Amino acid sequence: MPDTAVTDFKPLNRVEMAARVARDIPEGWYVNLGIGIPTGIADHVPLEREVIFHSENGVLGMGPAPPKDKIDPWLINAGKQYVTLRQGGSFCHHADSFSMIRGGHLDLCVLGAFQVAENGDIANWATSENDTAPAVGGAMDLAAGAKRLWVLMDHTTKDGTSKLVQRCSYPLTAVGAVKRVYTNLAVLDVTERGFVVLDMAPGLTFETLQSRTDAPLHRAS
Amino acid sequence: MINKIVQSMADAMADIKDGSTVLIGGFGAVGQPNALIEGLIEQGATDLIVAANNAGVGHVGLARLMELGRVRKIICSFPRSSDPVVFETLYRAGKIELEIVPQGTLAERMRAAGAGVPAFFTATGVGTKMGMGKEQREFDGRTYVMEQALAGDVGLVEAWEADRWGNLTFKESGRNFNPVIAMASKLSIVQTQHVRELGEIDPDHVVTPGIFVDRVLHVPYGDPTGF
Repeated sequence: MPDTAVTDFKPLNRVEMAARVARDIPEGWYVNLGIGIPTGIADHVPLEREVIFHSENGVLGMGPAPPKDKIDPWLINAGKQYVTLRQGGSFCHHADSFSMIRGGHLDLCVLGAFQVAENGDIANWATSENDTAPAVGGAMDLAAGAKRLWVLMDHTTKDGTSKLVQRCSYPLTAVGAVKRVYTNLAVLDVTERGFVVLDMAPGLTFETLQSRTDAPLHRAS
Repeated sequence: MINKIVQSMADAMADIKDGSTVLIGGFGAVGQPNALIEGLIEQGATDLIVAANNAGVGHVGLARLMELGRVRKIICSFPRSSDPVVFETLYRAGKIELEIVPQGTLAERMRAAGAGVPAFFTATGVGTKMGMGKEQREFDGRTYVMEQALAGDVGLVEAWEADRWGNLTFKESGRNFNPVIAMASKLSIVQTQHVRELGEIDPDHVVTPGIFVDRVLHVPYGDPTGF
């Protein structure tokens, strides 16, 4: 772990990252969680805080994964994993499900991303212009349609390249859509000034965070 | 007496022509009309344009139809799957045309076709590869791209219950694209787990009214497996 060896701070792990996002989701919100790390956020929202989770394939009021002996083969989420339905949950067809997304009815969508730019552009569906079989799924609908788009991702790639950038180099999912970014190093709002740092991993300094970020950072005033 | 229930797969697949656009329901294996896809393979129509959310898994169903060289073009949102080998092989060899459509735009294009709306504007895809070359308009200060309706010559649908008028219900997340595909297709063919007497389905529970349905085949296969 070079990060902890060289400097004196501790990046959040995946579970802590998901829990950090969950802290900021209030009761009453309708929320769609993207495939991958964002799916894990639901595990950190206590059932008594009534947050209603939506899945693109027509499930509203999704509950946690079932125990193996209680799997319902007709009930899957957008990641094609078995899920459950909470009391009060409902089913709808795909056009209605995406009307919830595209019609601005979701309070929040949390997606993973390859890159987020300081102007809120997001790139999360293809890493090059000639990807052999690009697959977009519902990402563009979610990014353009939800009232708020948050991104949950590592701050850098494995080789240390910043995923927070001045301009995305990968194909865009949506323009100017991201409102907030949660990484293993920090929480940042996307504002007219660019990235504003709200929170940092324990022991991390603003200067060290800036050194690992391609785009200029601003302190919350 | 109206009776949309057909007795054989051959009757269900009758008159599907080469070159047809075929819309296929399902999300993963759930709500996917596998028996009808096998029926289409058997029936023999070729040079097809297929619209479905995914582009087939393994070597069965839609993947098999493609592997047999019967699909000229696939319109889908997510061609990847746990085992997309057939699609990827054909795509790399330039033997199949691919149109990637955001999932919500795909569903809405079908609903629009069913509703007699030839095109609509959406914010999805603005400023991305998906929006390129499409007409743009600004409404109330936001930019939208125009998307055209997607009608099917044939729709393959899986229902939970059906009656002889073609009224349908669906099971849980098996509903997905099926109702909009029934609306959007000139010839809507349904495979159903259960056949009910007329009047037996509570009118309040009908999801797809029979006006959107042409043929119903009873296929009580049980639960979906695998993705």
